[in-house]
Amino acid sequence: MQVNNRETSDRIVARKSSFQFKRWFKATGWRHLIGVFMAVFSAFPLVYVLSAALQPGGTLITANGLFSEVSLGSFVTLFNLPQQPYAAWYGNTLIIGVITSIGTVFLGALAAYSFSRMRFFGRRGGLLTLVLLQMFPQLLAVVAIFLLLNGISDIFPAIGLDSQVGLIMVYLGGALGVNTYLMYGFFNTIPASIDEAAKLDGAGHARIFFTIILRLVAPILAVVGLLSFIGTTNEFVIASIVLISPENQTLAVGLYQFVSQKFSTNYSVFAAGAVLAALPVMALFLWLQKYIVGGLTAGSVK
Amino acid sequence: MPTPRTGRDRTARDNSLVTQLRQSKRAGRIAEAASVGIKTLLVKILLLGIVDAISVYALFVLFLKQDWVVFGLVLAVTLIVNWIYFSKNALPAKYLTPGLIFLVIFQIFVVGYSGYIAFTNYGTGHNSTREDAVSSLIASAQQRVPDSVAYDITVIEQLGAYSLLVTDPDGRISVGSADAPLREVTDAETDADGVATALPGYTSLKFSDIAANQEVIAALSVPLTDDPNEGVLRTPDGSKAYLYLSDLVYDEAARTMTNTTTNVVYAEDRTVGAFAAEDGTELRPGWKVEVGFDNFARAFGTDSIRGPLINVTLWTFAFAFLSVATTFALGLFLALVFNDLRMRGRNVYRVVLILPYAFPAFLSALVWAGLLNPQFGFVNQVLFGGAEIPWLTNEWLAKFSIIFVNLWLGFPYMFLVCTGALQSIPGELQEAATVDGARPWQVFRLIKLPLLLVSVAPLLISSFAFNFNNFNLIYMLTNGGPRDVTAGVNVGATDILISMVYKVAFVGANRDYGLASAFSIIIFLLVAIVSIISFRQTKALEELN
Repeated sequence: MQVNNRETSDRIVARKSSFQFKRWFKATGWRHLIGVFMAVFSAFPLVYVLSAALQPGGTLITANGLFSEVSLGSFVTLFNLPQQPYAAWYGNTLIIGVITSIGTVFLGALAAYSFSRMRFFGRRGGLLTLVLLQMFPQLLAVVAIFLLLNGISDIFPAIGLDSQVGLIMVYLGGALGVNTYLMYGFFNTIPASIDEAAKLDGAGHARIFFTIILRLVAPILAVVGLLSFIGTTNEFVIASIVLISPENQTLAVGLYQFVSQKFSTNYSVFAAGAVLAALPVMALFLWLQKYIVGGLTAGSVK
Repeated sequence: MPTPRTGRDRTARDNSLVTQLRQSKRAGRIAEAASVGIKTLLVKILLLGIVDAISVYALFVLFLKQDWVVFGLVLAVTLIVNWIYFSKNALPAKYLTPGLIFLVIFQIFVVGYSGYIAFTNYGTGHNSTREDAVSSLIASAQQRVPDSVAYDITVIEQLGAYSLLVTDPDGRISVGSADAPLREVTDAETDADGVATALPGYTSLKFSDIAANQEVIAALSVPLTDDPNEGVLRTPDGSKAYLYLSDLVYDEAARTMTNTTTNVVYAEDRTVGAFAAEDGTELRPGWKVEVGFDNFARAFGTDSIRGPLINVTLWTFAFAFLSVATTFALGLFLALVFNDLRMRGRNVYRVVLILPYAFPAFLSALVWAGLLNPQFGFVNQVLFGGAEIPWLTNEWLAKFSIIFVNLWLGFPYMFLVCTGALQSIPGELQEAATVDGARPWQVFRLIKLPLLLVSVAPLLISSFAFNFNNFNLIYMLTNGGPRDVTAGVNVGATDILISMVYKVAFVGANRDYGLASAFSIIIFLLVAIVSIISFRQTKALEELN
């Protein structure tokens, strides 16, 4: 098919000795036109944030003059705000995101392994329940989660309200629901004969799981981990009610409150914060987009 | 096996089969046992040890707090976990338990708990138990007794909590804190006047410490005895304490509160969860009671709530549907446009086009809120030459803006999905159709689109489900606004159900957890209905294939 196409296009090029704009436009030119338009549409808001971030002391109105001034002043201001501990938010977001995604991957992989390799009572029902649970995200029960953590803080303040451990535990509650089915499908593609061979060689179930299966399913582990990390960084609802004191908050909660207090005056500082917050996520995403897109279309998350 | 057999029917062949099976099972078990190395065993014991240590600590704390229900639950879970990991069987449970514990507590239990809260009046003013309400009412009405004797005190501290070390005029020494009434102590150090100044195990505060924590210490009220009507000691200056008595007196037997200055009697009203006088005035705070279907009755019965609730529900469906429709349409269109092998630089376009998807979603909404700002935003100032178009504050423009921004956020995903689906359609189909004389539009509509829909339908449904609860976009772009001023709850024109729940429960001075949970239950039901229908629908679509 590809070869065919190339031949036809070669023939076209060969035939038209003089550049025929009309024909070019009809074949691929209009596609480029749409492409350029959409590229501007997609990239403009990001360019705008970058330009706003590079204007020290800029407000919303000065941000309209794109790249009229370029300096890193806002980034310096950002890390010296007395009320808004940006560096702490950044660290919290990374810590919560990394721990949650490792936990999610681990819990999900354990469950997927048992669903894929073992036959037990309630297996089908369990799988079906997990698929159904996907439809009910945790944030629907946000009030109950808040009150539950409120109750926990009376007894164990360390894992209750305003505690990152508590928040991570809540996030881990969603670990099985979203990811097990996605992982289960991938686990099934690993032939069971590998397990059997290992068993014959004397490996126990734990050894088979940790040293053989986990390595073979590494791609799906990476996808689930990344999706979970990105999801956690974006999560606002639960984080905003659990984390109360500013130094405990995540970027989503902190930046929202920062920008909702003084939206138009502090825009360049917010923009600087947004640029720094977006960089790691975007880098990860673009670097590993092939896997992420594969995972997204398979398990339909986000 | 066609029919179940009883022992008598067993033939010799059956018996030998059973023995074989047993033998192979035993062999498997031996192999399993032999393969468990010392290291694995140590790791297992170490991990279980940590878990057990944590739960023993938890049990200890719960024992001290005398919270028997939770104590029983923690104990049961700990025992079950230990049994699972030490038993030879229960292999699947070994792998499922860790995730299940979190799932049960933070996803399944909380749903049931929402259901319970929906039937209570939990919220501002009804936060706690009746006992707590009584003590906080009495505390809030405390007045210094005019002729109170002055007690010499020392403020002492232990683990960050303050207590008062009190020497009464008779020279008796006692200690107490906000949670623990005064109890006599004998081992306190005293100065020359017989005033206690220090107690073993506690740190006495210096004057500078007292000055630094003035507000906390002035608010500290130490009950004289277990009976809240006896009054409390409070210290305005950190060196002398005085007796404070409450205007409100609680009668445990009659369950009434009496205001001693006005002599008004407030009787307990169990249906409302508050003390109320005969003329209807209530004392706040009250406490949490079950109110039956009151919250649902309020949601559907009160005009000022029912109207907004219906509008919000309709908009939630409209928003979710339009989001999927617009993003899918644009994504599919772009996928078709770029699905031409003659075109150069497709990879470059592809990377630029998925940038919006890679950018964190909550930031996108905030950035667009800046771009669309009516007075200073780029769109109005530069693109529309200074016009003040109320993109986010007019009801219909705000709705349009939300759909538009969501289009920006969501089309890359649909673009990627559709590109993948298009490329997986075999080329022969198109060739065959072209040979049969189909025009490009016919090829698309009659061949590609149906095939594409089969593979992307589940993704469209999950995208619908996601947008149904797309809290971040709504809350960060318009905050649900513009606010509907006629509504009885804090709700605006662009609020969807989940953002309404959040605002009723957590935004503003008047938090109403009960009503918010009732709304949550409504969302649960709607989502359940939508998913039942859509799962059936997808099955139908799959059968087409």
